[in-house]
Amino acid sequence: MNLKKKISLTVNGTLVNAEIEPRRHLVDFLREDLHLKGPHLGCEQGACGACTVKVDGQIIRGCLYLAVQADGCVVETVEGLTKSGVLADLQESFMRHNAMQCGFCSSGMLLAAAELVEKQPKANREEVREWISGNYCRCTGYHSIVDAIVDVLDARAKGQKIKPVTAHA
Amino acid sequence: MKAAAFDYVKPKALSDALSLLKQGGDDARLIAGGQTLLATLNMRLSEPSVLIDITDVEELKGISVVSDKLRIGALVTHTEIEDSELVAKHAPLLKAAAPHIAHRAIRNLGTWGGSLAYGDPAAEWPACSLALQATMVIHGQAGERKVSAKDFFIDLYTTALESDEILVATEIPLAPSNQVFYFHELARRHGDYAVAGLAAVAQKDGNVLSKCAFTFFSVSSTPVMATAAQDLINGKTLNSELIAEAVNTARNEIDAIADITNSAEAKKHLIGVLLERGLKHLVS
Repeated sequence: MNLKKKISLTVNGTLVNAEIEPRRHLVDFLREDLHLKGPHLGCEQGACGACTVKVDGQIIRGCLYLAVQADGCVVETVEGLTKSGVLADLQESFMRHNAMQCGFCSSGMLLAAAELVEKQPKANREEVREWISGNYCRCTGYHSIVDAIVDVLDARAKGQKIKPVTAHA
Repeated sequence: MKAAAFDYVKPKALSDALSLLKQGGDDARLIAGGQTLLATLNMRLSEPSVLIDITDVEELKGISVVSDKLRIGALVTHTEIEDSELVAKHAPLLKAAAPHIAHRAIRNLGTWGGSLAYGDPAAEWPACSLALQATMVIHGQAGERKVSAKDFFIDLYTTALESDEILVATEIPLAPSNQVFYFHELARRHGDYAVAGLAAVAQKDGNVLSKCAFTFFSVSSTPVMATAAQDLINGKTLNSELIAEAVNTARNEIDAIADITNSAEAKKHLIGVLLERGLKHLVS
């Protein structure tokens, strides 16, 4: 029995056609078939958030979504979002606060944080903590990650730009 | 782990989904948001031969007011409920509860109907639907039937839905202007399943509450109402003595069961903690 299905979707602005088994996770399809290594595979049960990607404009768990479900959808990974304003600000702020440690959780953290900045621009520190509680950092670097996100919210509320980090000579 | 192989179909009409479900029998599973189903497939706790993706079925979508009821389609996501102005106005308990459901990436896909049909006693929506006296609209081969939330949740992960039926929507009476509500859950991490939770509504006139509905979740095999505590509170002026009496009554009347890390005694204690906080909030 051939269970393969044909799908057609847009990934980071590029139309992709593929033939896949229905059981294939979206995150496995992105990593193994399209070689996008931004989304990471952690728990495979929706707990850790490392596989977070965007489908049709909102964040989802790439391990709790089948590639076949993404047929006709627009999928974005951290690789495709680096030019957007919110994500660029967050990336600068993460660097400024050294909010990455091993970096395994960072792409998921960034995508979750970007949705927070867009949906709840007035979020306070407590709300930031609640929002990103769905993304595990097993280095336990949460404090600096929260600092980085709060800085972006503050700066954007004041209409300020996050200044790029420059290396010391 | 990866899921075992399965086939996948995506009908556009409810009648086609019902036929496929009937045809597939025990080997077929419906998938909507899939936020519980896919985790169980990944862990191979379940190995269906076909998934019927119902997310294209229009009859299952949307939030609307139909005469004196708020109708929430089965495919409405937790995020849509969280962000809906209609829900905020007519069923504010649901808006308060939504942020407690897992995390945003999961709320963006997980559905109202999926949560109700799964019947997890630790989940928020079954408890809320019971507190709000919701009616479940169910379609099967024979047509439509309606079941009250009170009769819908039968036992652990067991509802009144037959295996060849689909939950289409839920109808909730519009909140009266004097409705007060309280939602809280005690969890180890925000977004985790609660150790114990309370979804409560009442009508308030000064310090007197009436038509109280106190629904506890994650304490028993289904969401459970503290009916004796409700009767005690209804129509009386709320003061600290009455709150203490209601707390004892609720602890005694609910047959709490232990979970893997919390004893039945701990659950009973938390039932009282939640009710005391809730009652103080409702009259504040």
